[in-house]
Amino acid sequence: MRNQVIATDPFNKIWKFFTSVRLTIFLLLTLAATSIIGTLIPQNEAPQAYLQAFGASFYRFFDLFGFFDLYHSWWFQALVLLLVLNILVCSIDRLSATWRIIFPERPKFNLSRFRRLEPIEEFTKKGAGEQLKKLYQATISRNFRYCRAEETDTGYAVFGERGRWTRIGVYIVHLSVICMLVGGVIGTRFGFEGFVNLAPGEAAQKIQLRNRNQMLKLNFAIRCDDFKVSFYPNGAPEEFRSSLSIIEQGKVVKSQDIIVNDPLHYKGISIFQASYGPLPSRQQDVQIPDELTLVFTSKATGMIYQKKAAVGQTIELPESLGKFTVDEFRNSYDFRGQDLGATIFGTLHQSDGAAVDVVLPIQFPSFDKMGPIFNKTRKDDMLISVSGVKAQPAEERYFTGLQVSRDPGVWVVYTGFILIIVGCYITFFISHRQVCVDIIESGQNCRIVVTGTANKNKLGNERKLKTLAQTLSEENSET
Amino acid sequence: MSGSLILSIVTFIYGLAGFLYICGWIFRKQIFGKIATWTALLGLIGNTAGILMRWVESYQLGIGHAPFSNLYESLVFFAWVMVLIYLIIERKIENRIIGAFTTPIACLVMAYASLKPGITSVIQPLIPALKSNWLIAHVITCFIGYAAFALAFGVSAMYLMKKGRDEEPIMWVEIVKPLTLFVFAMLFSRVLFVHDWLLAVMVGILICLVFFGIVFLARHLPAESKAILMDRFPAPRVLDELGYQLILLGFLFLSVGIITGAVWANSAWGRYWGWDPKETWSLITWFVYATLLHARLMRGWQGKRIAFLSMIGFASVMFTYFGVNLLPGLHSYGSF
Repeated sequence: MRNQVIATDPFNKIWKFFTSVRLTIFLLLTLAATSIIGTLIPQNEAPQAYLQAFGASFYRFFDLFGFFDLYHSWWFQALVLLLVLNILVCSIDRLSATWRIIFPERPKFNLSRFRRLEPIEEFTKKGAGEQLKKLYQATISRNFRYCRAEETDTGYAVFGERGRWTRIGVYIVHLSVICMLVGGVIGTRFGFEGFVNLAPGEAAQKIQLRNRNQMLKLNFAIRCDDFKVSFYPNGAPEEFRSSLSIIEQGKVVKSQDIIVNDPLHYKGISIFQASYGPLPSRQQDVQIPDELTLVFTSKATGMIYQKKAAVGQTIELPESLGKFTVDEFRNSYDFRGQDLGATIFGTLHQSDGAAVDVVLPIQFPSFDKMGPIFNKTRKDDMLISVSGVKAQPAEERYFTGLQVSRDPGVWVVYTGFILIIVGCYITFFISHRQVCVDIIESGQNCRIVVTGTANKNKLGNERKLKTLAQTLSEENSET
Repeated sequence: MSGSLILSIVTFIYGLAGFLYICGWIFRKQIFGKIATWTALLGLIGNTAGILMRWVESYQLGIGHAPFSNLYESLVFFAWVMVLIYLIIERKIENRIIGAFTTPIACLVMAYASLKPGITSVIQPLIPALKSNWLIAHVITCFIGYAAFALAFGVSAMYLMKKGRDEEPIMWVEIVKPLTLFVFAMLFSRVLFVHDWLLAVMVGILICLVFFGIVFLARHLPAESKAILMDRFPAPRVLDELGYQLILLGFLFLSVGIITGAVWANSAWGRYWGWDPKETWSLITWFVYATLLHARLMRGWQGKRIAFLSMIGFASVMFTYFGVNLLPGLHSYGSF
């Protein structure tokens, strides 16, 4: 029953405003245009960066309009809200009218309406109307789910119809958009997005929330058991793999390796391999051999002498350069704030009777060059270095960067995804088609007129009906 | 004989097909069109072979992956889908003139992939973020969408040519049209082959001059010649309907493409939507085509306005594909 009330009251006016497709077009184009701004101005950067890029006055202008976090600004969200209302009101308004059309008690066929249409095909067939009616009813019902024959003033008519249900498609599409937006809101309201960095062996229960300056404490701890990075020969990263354990109340409840694209899920929280970074390196312990090889280069003759010695041993040097004692070996040596790694410490007993300290870092064989410079007592007559002791290169250590998040709305959004795909397919590619085969009796023969309608893809429908009419004209009854 | 060599040859085959289609249109000889179809089909087979060979070659190099991971591979696939859909349309509606407006685009796409310095055809291993089956689904669906929109662009251009000039041109529309063309031409050249804005402005002006020169010449053709060129075009109603069907196909696949991208992003980065420039621009494109679909329901928006929207939509597709690589963000896998 249509409303008898004249539509001038304010509520009706508001309703009418939201039923307009013109509003939809305005909103879609405005959302598109304003979204462009957010791609030209990088979002959510530090204020200093913006100040530097745009200067004070533009910065104030952009900040006022929320351009630095555009998609969460009040006006953008307002546009989205208007779109949601537009969708809801349009759907309710139109669906209430079309529900009877989509799900009628009995589909109506208006013969005179079909007779007004341009015929798809017309041909003459030999035979009685009744027979042709039966024949064509069988054929039509093979192609069209609903089929009915009627008597007409000139003979018979066979009607067929299919795809009436597809008129609901457009409402599914619009419902899906609402679904996705609702899912998004649920996620933002009730979920969180955070991150935590862990070195191998470390565990953490608190995570840093993104976009909010807070920490969040989880109900369990995440421990990084191991982290491996591998690279391709060309230097590009091949894989980042974190071995994680979830520890709840002191016990390990879950252990899993994660890589990019394969996160860990536990109690609604997901942990993703997001990034990694270097840790300060640590010199690895060097295995000192029982006997070292010391190299003595005489500055006077240029001769190079190699002598073996063990820790604690004193050796005699040629060319009366003196005696050298290997005092100790240490794995690290701090030289002016830098750790030079594995180092041999010794004493040089010079020919003039002085005993000078000699420091020989294994990784820096020419360190001794500076010996006479640091210590005036030292004679500048030779260079000493250690050879044959392999110092391991500092092991590269990394921490793993994990994204920890929770999104209770994600399944609502995914449902919306499926609905929109299904809805679009139904709305675009399956149409509501009707066919009318008008059997007009005239003497021994019948004139057959085939007409049809479709609510979408009319040209495609015409092609299909032409083929159908071809079949009908060639068909013969089995008499 | 490597995959990329075959694909370079396919560029010329598509170019030849486009040339033959244009000859068939202008000289009205059926034989050109027939050969053009076979040429395009040959090109498509070569294109398919090139893609498959690249797939195999990647496994031979020990870095096996589906060939959809960088700009070169996506361009080659884009051309493939375009020619495939075009040949299907040609089969269905039996009109070869459309080939003159669509195969050249496929040729240009392949040429850009093979010739632009900076686009490498070297097969590279996948970085961790790209190691996902969603990659294949996402790239394939997005590019089917892009190809459909590219074909719709060609068909819309034909529609506007067939419809001709407005009987009563509206002043502001007549000013906005060349301005829009200039802006698009400038952006197009800046994004695709020119490296500074001054050059882009100059190329933009040049393109506008060339375009309006052609339009001027076309308008001053004797009526007979015009009729010869235009009457073998499909009827406006057919072009309008075909363009619309292509946009429906494109819209469905773009939607699936955005969705597969979102699901992939969720498994890789923990969020299905982050408003990064690529995601945002794909949404902008989606909004433009959604506007087109809704506008078609309104009586005021007949064929011409829809055709213009289709062309603006394709400009948006181009920016989503190429332009975003110039903007900062996570999505620069397809960058050069």
